Amino acid sequence: MEFNLKIWRQKDARSQGGFIDYNLKGVSGEMSFLEMIDYLNKTLIEGGEEPVAFEHDCREGICGSCSLYINGRPHGPEDLIATCELRMTRFKDGDTIVIEPWRAKSFPVLKDLIVDRYAFDKIMQAGGFISVNTGAAPEANSIPVSKEAADEAYDAAICIGCGACVAACKNSSAMLFVAAKVSQLSLLPQGKAETAKRARAMVEKMDELGFGSCTNTTACETECPKGISMAHIARLNREFLLAGLKS
Amino acid sequence: MSKLKSMIPDGPLEEKWNNHKNSVKLVSPANKNKLDIIVVGTGLSGSAAASTLGELGYNVKSFCFQDSPRRAHSVAAQGGMNAAKNYKNDGDSVYRLFKDIIKGGDYRAREAYVYRAAQVSNQSIDQLVAAGVPFAREYSGYLDNRSFGGVQVSRTFYAKGQTGQQCLLGAYSGLNRQIARGKVTMYTRRDMLDVVIVDGKARGIITRNLVSGEIERHSAHAVVLATGGYSTIYYLSTLAVGSNASAAWAAHRKGAFFANPSFVQIHPTSLPQLNDFQAKLTLMSESLRNDGRIWVPKKKGDTRHPNEIKEDERDYYLERRYPAFGNLVPRDVASRAAKERCDAGYGVGETGLSVYLDFSDSIARHGKETIKSRYENLFEMYQKITGIDPYNEPMRIYPAGHYTMGGLWVDYNLMTTIPGLFAIGESNFSDHGANRLGAGSLMQCAGDGYFILPVTIGNYLADEIKTPRISADISEFREAEQAAREKLQNLMAIKGTQTVNSFHRRLGRIMWDYCGMVKNEEGLKKAMKMLAGLKKEFWSDLRIPGTMDEINQELERAVRVADFFELGQLMCQDALSREESCGAHFREESQTPEGETQRIDSRFSYVSAWEYREKDKKHVLHKEELTFENVEIQERSYK
Ligand SMILES: Cc1cc2nc3c(=O)[nH]c(=O)nc-3n(C[C@H](O)[C@H](O)[C@H](O)COP(=O)(O)OP(=O)(O)OC[C@H]3O[C@@H](n4cnc5c(N)ncnc54)[C@H](O)[C@@H]3O)c2cc1C
Ligand code: SF4
Ligand code: FES
Repeated sequence: MEFNLKIWRQKDARSQGGFIDYNLKGVSGEMSFLEMIDYLNKTLIEGGEEPVAFEHDCREGICGSCSLYINGRPHGPEDLIATCELRMTRFKDGDTIVIEPWRAKSFPVLKDLIVDRYAFDKIMQAGGFISVNTGAAPEANSIPVSKEAADEAYDAAICIGCGACVAACKNSSAMLFVAAKVSQLSLLPQGKAETAKRARAMVEKMDELGFGSCTNTTACETECPKGISMAHIARLNREFLLAGLKS
Repeated sequence: MSKLKSMIPDGPLEEKWNNHKNSVKLVSPANKNKLDIIVVGTGLSGSAAASTLGELGYNVKSFCFQDSPRRAHSVAAQGGMNAAKNYKNDGDSVYRLFKDIIKGGDYRAREAYVYRAAQVSNQSIDQLVAAGVPFAREYSGYLDNRSFGGVQVSRTFYAKGQTGQQCLLGAYSGLNRQIARGKVTMYTRRDMLDVVIVDGKARGIITRNLVSGEIERHSAHAVVLATGGYSTIYYLSTLAVGSNASAAWAAHRKGAFFANPSFVQIHPTSLPQLNDFQAKLTLMSESLRNDGRIWVPKKKGDTRHPNEIKEDERDYYLERRYPAFGNLVPRDVASRAAKERCDAGYGVGETGLSVYLDFSDSIARHGKETIKSRYENLFEMYQKITGIDPYNEPMRIYPAGHYTMGGLWVDYNLMTTIPGLFAIGESNFSDHGANRLGAGSLMQCAGDGYFILPVTIGNYLADEIKTPRISADISEFREAEQAAREKLQNLMAIKGTQTVNSFHRRLGRIMWDYCGMVKNEEGLKKAMKMLAGLKKEFWSDLRIPGTMDEINQELERAVRVADFFELGQLMCQDALSREESCGAHFREESQTPEGETQRIDSRFSYVSAWEYREKDKKHVLHKEELTFENVEIQERSYK
């Protein structure tokens, strides 16, 4: 197969970027999207050019490294997958494919398709944990957790921290990401004690770091590779309200 | 041999760890505040260690090469984590878990280490549950367990197929708490290039800032490596593509012995290679073997659609060869059996390098819904990648490089042969002998990081309380920085024509063919020659575009591959010197008449610990003899 690629190239955080066109022949349908870029990079390097920088590691949809905005959608045209799980069979021979980095004020571009997502870690540092010291934990089965609560907490806990929700949102809100963590920990009895404090601290940090506010557009839920539900945002809002009442 | 002091405490096996804890030196809280510790790696082991050490009051500097500690490769572990809770009341105990690991490792691991790992496993589960890990629950609200790989009890804790992600995020949350408290300073996007030794002790590291390209010096009173495994040497493996041996190799070159480097586990149920550009092999959890039957056609080169091949035309070779365990034989046995069939010409798929994993019988017996409830996400993953619906057609699988039992040699305190340099998690060699049982790595990583290292490192640091903060502005640091810079400059200066990946692919192929599932003397010698030749070509024809002073992913990869060339040589040398077969290490010359591994205890009941010497001089082998006083040594039979 042959593709016309329009790829965002940017030397570093200080430089201006722009789209460059590449024509790539010889792509096989069995390639993943990232293998297609590996292939492009091989031809670029062999031709004396610099390869396209992009982030990836596990290549199986679990580490959250990969983060390409493809034809106007984070992680590309297919629902419920990360970029690394996208396959070239999804495209037609001769297609034009536009590839960009995440676009959000809080995720500055570092080079080509790589952005800095450390803001997510900062939000987690603000409160995305249960304050239990090593060795201070009670016997695991002394805290029964209903299967429903455990399963629901799990559904929130599988967020891979990729940032697609922010990239998809016209306000660049990180609400789905924050809500997933607050929700997970408040559903579990172990995490309940700190819920109010946690919700407040994380939301404040999110605002401080320049993420926008949530106006319920649902774009995040649509683009989230892990299907994290907006219901968690409703739960966060409840917890946040409670936090406000308590402070 | 004199150089290897394993420091195993006296006393009966069950008492050793307690005795040790009761006798190690302690560091007072006020003094902890004056001590700095570097922890490289933020996987389950590194995150657990860094957060616990920070909590204890030490000043911790934590490093990873990814953009966030949460992306460490532990995130990809699927199946589960073992502990000896005996919640199922099925007769499990610390002793049984210990015994299973020793047997699974084919009697090539040390009793005292393994026993301790089993002892602390229960605490690790408590810790992770308290940290908010949503392990699977029964309807009663209590924790659920499942059985896993080659054992007869249910002791595996799991969070659907994403146990590693959930455990890692639990440890990561603890790390975040300490970062917020200011006790851990986080350095992301850093590649560790070297360890700095001052007066014989590890006192810091040299890193490359992967964004600015800057070569940095970081000092501390002690250094901990938690840098994971190196199966990526095969190029295609189940590991995240950034996984590497470089940090461990740098330590090795500075004097840390490397133990059992050739002990690599090849996982039997990975997706086969589909194209020449493939970057990795996706693991399909081995839990699938509980309901899937593995077969190949009885006729060579049978290209018919699998559903057209009738029952009596199929060779269920595992059931045929191992009637007692059938499709559930341990990983190494299943892997070799698949290779044997494919090499003999019975493999399926375009390349002939895969076998069928068939669920039709289970679906007929239990119904599609039951099978779906057990494996839904795995079946979806398979279909996503291959386009084939495994409910209607068998999966195709093939073995892939997976887990490295080998790693840095450590004593009972998890300290390497360099004083002040510790190694935990997959980066050390400690617990799994010649083969790791499923769900045993997360167990070891959590135990090392949360409960073992924080005790044993104190014993070392108690003698350092009078040592003032280490300055990074001394000649040892300057020289190490300079050497690291020169290595990078040398790579940049080659300016040849071929990409790093093209070399890595060829290197991986050599290792896979001659130092993978099956090894023999002739092949290993041939591989060493081929590696030397390819290494020469690498150092004369590699092309890295761009500069050193910016994000340069080709340079990052080149550093790793350069180290793989050296590690590959050592793996072959190690495999050559071990003329027996044991666990995942299969030397063709040492097999039973039925083609199974033949251990030779009289000659090889030892750990191989390799000492690096000056460039181009041969490694020196040190042997640490293994003794077994608490288990009876048996043939590892699964027939
Ligand atoms: C697909 C798959 C499934 C698995 N499933 C299971 C399972 O179900 N149960 C089980 O027990 N085990 C499983 N394992 C094995 C287990 O996941 C790993 O052995 C374990 O997670 C390793 O953890 P770690 O803490 O040692 O290192 P990792 O999690 O590998 O972390 C390594 C860390 O070191 C850092 N690092 C590495 N090199 C450098 C460098 N040069 N400079 C700076 N930083 C560096 C990385 O950034 C990272 O933070 C599985 C493995 C794979 C591949
Ligand atoms: S909520 Fe979804 S889209 Fe947002 S970071 Fe998590 S996984 Fe990615
Ligand atoms: S590379 Fe890990 S999620 Fe895509």
